[in-house]
This record gives sequence, structure tokens and C-alpha cells, in this order.
Amino acid sequence: MIAIACQIAMAVASLAILLNLYRMAIGPDVTDRVLALDTMVINAIGLIVLLGIYYGTTLYFEAAMLIAMVGFVTTVAFCKYLLRGNVIE
Amino acid sequence: MQWIGELAVSALILIGAFFLLVGSFGLAKLPDMMRRLHGPSKSTTLGIGSLLIASMLHFAMASGHVSFHELLITIFLFLTAPVTAHMLAKAHILRSQADRNSLPSTGRPDGWATLDVPKRAAEK
Amino acid sequence: MAMRFFPHPLLTVWIVAVWVLLANEVTFGHLVLGLILGILIPLATSAYWPGRPRVGAPMMMIEFMLVVLWDIVVSNIQVAFLILFRRGDSLQSRFITVPLDLKSPEAITVLAGTITMTPGTVSSDVSADGRALLVHCLETDGADETIAQIKHRYERRLKRIFE
Repeated sequence: MIAIACQIAMAVASLAILLNLYRMAIGPDVTDRVLALDTMVINAIGLIVLLGIYYGTTLYFEAAMLIAMVGFVTTVAFCKYLLRGNVIE
Repeated sequence: MQWIGELAVSALILIGAFFLLVGSFGLAKLPDMMRRLHGPSKSTTLGIGSLLIASMLHFAMASGHVSFHELLITIFLFLTAPVTAHMLAKAHILRSQADRNSLPSTGRPDGWATLDVPKRAAEK
Repeated sequence: MAMRFFPHPLLTVWIVAVWVLLANEVTFGHLVLGLILGILIPLATSAYWPGRPRVGAPMMMIEFMLVVLWDIVVSNIQVAFLILFRRGDSLQSRFITVPLDLKSPEAITVLAGTITMTPGTVSSDVSADGRALLVHCLETDGADETIAQIKHRYERRLKRIFE
């Protein structure tokens, strides 16, 4: 039962990533694209966690945590650049 | 007993994936940048939290000892999602003239921090 | 003497907790290593933490976190219905100004994070002197009742925790 639920959830999460790609292509301003990128990172974390449950191994959580941290730092650095013209002043 | 646990894990996985889809659907569909901020910062974070709770339950049942790694990722995402939403809102207010004109007044002698400096700092 | 070793005791507790969570098992060795890091890191970086937040009632934080968790779960379902079943243009979204009674930056940060996490509102900006908060609401009929609800549910509890 869990394997079937994992497969359905993986399909749904991939659909969510495609919707984010749509917004990244269309978004009229750069902040829309940064938001779409950040949401793509979080959806990717969801996919990694689902893979971990599907294969029955806890190894993927290290990767998920690292990607979460890097994704957050990326978004904050981009916004700081948009706000101030400089990432670290 | 095993069957109830499997049912709970499957239900949490499906609910988590549904909230991920709702967040991204809101991002793709809503017409305005400020409205688009609401979807990802809340629904997606809740979806990930639900997926991680499902994973904690699954590995607690499968291997017998509880692992807290997932809790750390959840706490980290709950703490950083508001920060990214705040900074994106500030960047948008700075860049968009239409939204800048529609801001309410602060009710204080100074303006908003993205657009104005405090009066006492400007005096120096 | 204790102040010299623990310039920021709450930070030390947090570092130990996060280290044990990262290591994924509660053994004596990990606790000792976490404690060593929890003493060294605040000492080494104490130049970057100028002041300490005053925490008046730490036990109320648990009640506050439970209230926030309940609000997150309940209101996310409402916003999911709003996103799925209503046209984007028909949502009455607006910016509102929330005047603040809290003074310390840590308390204002916790309040802004809580406002963003409970659906329907996103905290967008802070006034230049730090006494008012700009909040964007997704769907609201009256600005005053949203402000009153925010102040009653969250700011009242935060005032008791942080002062």
C-alpha cells in the first residue's frame, strides 16, 4: 500500500515541479522567477524524501537537509542582491 | 496493527503531496505577485512537514527506533520559509511602482524600511 | 563566573539540542560533544551577539507553539479551498498596517514569522523605526478585525513571553 501511495505522490510532486517551471518561464518580473526557483527546490526535497521511503533507506535525508540549506541561502542571496546591489556589503 | 500504521503513513503521504500540488497551483494561477507569495510559503511547507512525519512513522515502524533527522528538516523549513517570503516581498515593493503607491501609511513619522530611513539616523 | 562561560545560555541549549538531533541518537558521547560545541561557539562568536533577549516566561512558549501549530493546520485547509475554487481576480487582497507594542527585535521577528506561517497573511515589511508591521492579506473583509485578531492571539502571548 505504501509503495502505491509513494508512486502516486511522486507523480503529483513532479506535476507540481512542472507548474513551477511554467511560472518561471512566464513570470513577468524577476521576483516571480526567484519564487518559482525556491518552490522548485522545496518540491525537489519532497521528491527525495519520497524516494527514501520507497527504497526503504534513511540515507537520503542527509541530501535533503543539505539541499534545503543551500536552497534557502540561494533565495536569500538573490533577494539581497535585488535589494541592495551587493550580496555581502 | 501493522495495517493501521501502513494506512496512516499512506494517508499522510497523499495529503502531503496534495498540499505540495495546491501550493504550486496557486503559484501558477494567481494574477498578482503579492498573492503568489501565499501559496508556496505556507501550503508547500505544510506539505513537506506532512511528508516528513509520514517518513518518521514509517521508519519507526520498520526499524524499531525513532529517527529525528526529519524533525530537523521540518523545523529548518518552518523557520526559513517566512524569511524568504519577507525578503521577496521587500524586493517586489522596491521594484514595482504600482504596489509602492498602494502601500498604507505606517502611522509613524517614518516610512517603510525598504523605502525610507529613520528620521534620527538621517539627522547625523 | 558562570556568565563568562555561558554568555548566551539559551543559545547553548539550542546548539546541544540541534547537535543531538543531527547525530540521530542520544548517547553520552554525543551529549558531551554537543556541550563542548555549545560552550565554544557562543564564546567564539560573542562579539556578534551584542545583547541578550529577555525571556520572562519560558513555559508560555510551549503554549504559544501549540496554538501556532493548530492555526497552521486549520487555516491551511481554508487557503487551499480559496486557491482551488475561486478565481484569482475575485480575491480581495490588501495591505494592512499592524502597530506594534513589542520592542525587542527577537520578539518582532517571532511575531512576523508567526504571521507568515498562519495562512491568509504574509508579513512584508517593517517601518523604519521598527514600530509597525506591513502585512498582506489574501482575503479579508475588514482590515480592523484582522489586526485585532493578530494582536489578540499572538502579540498578547508574545508580550507575556518576552517581557
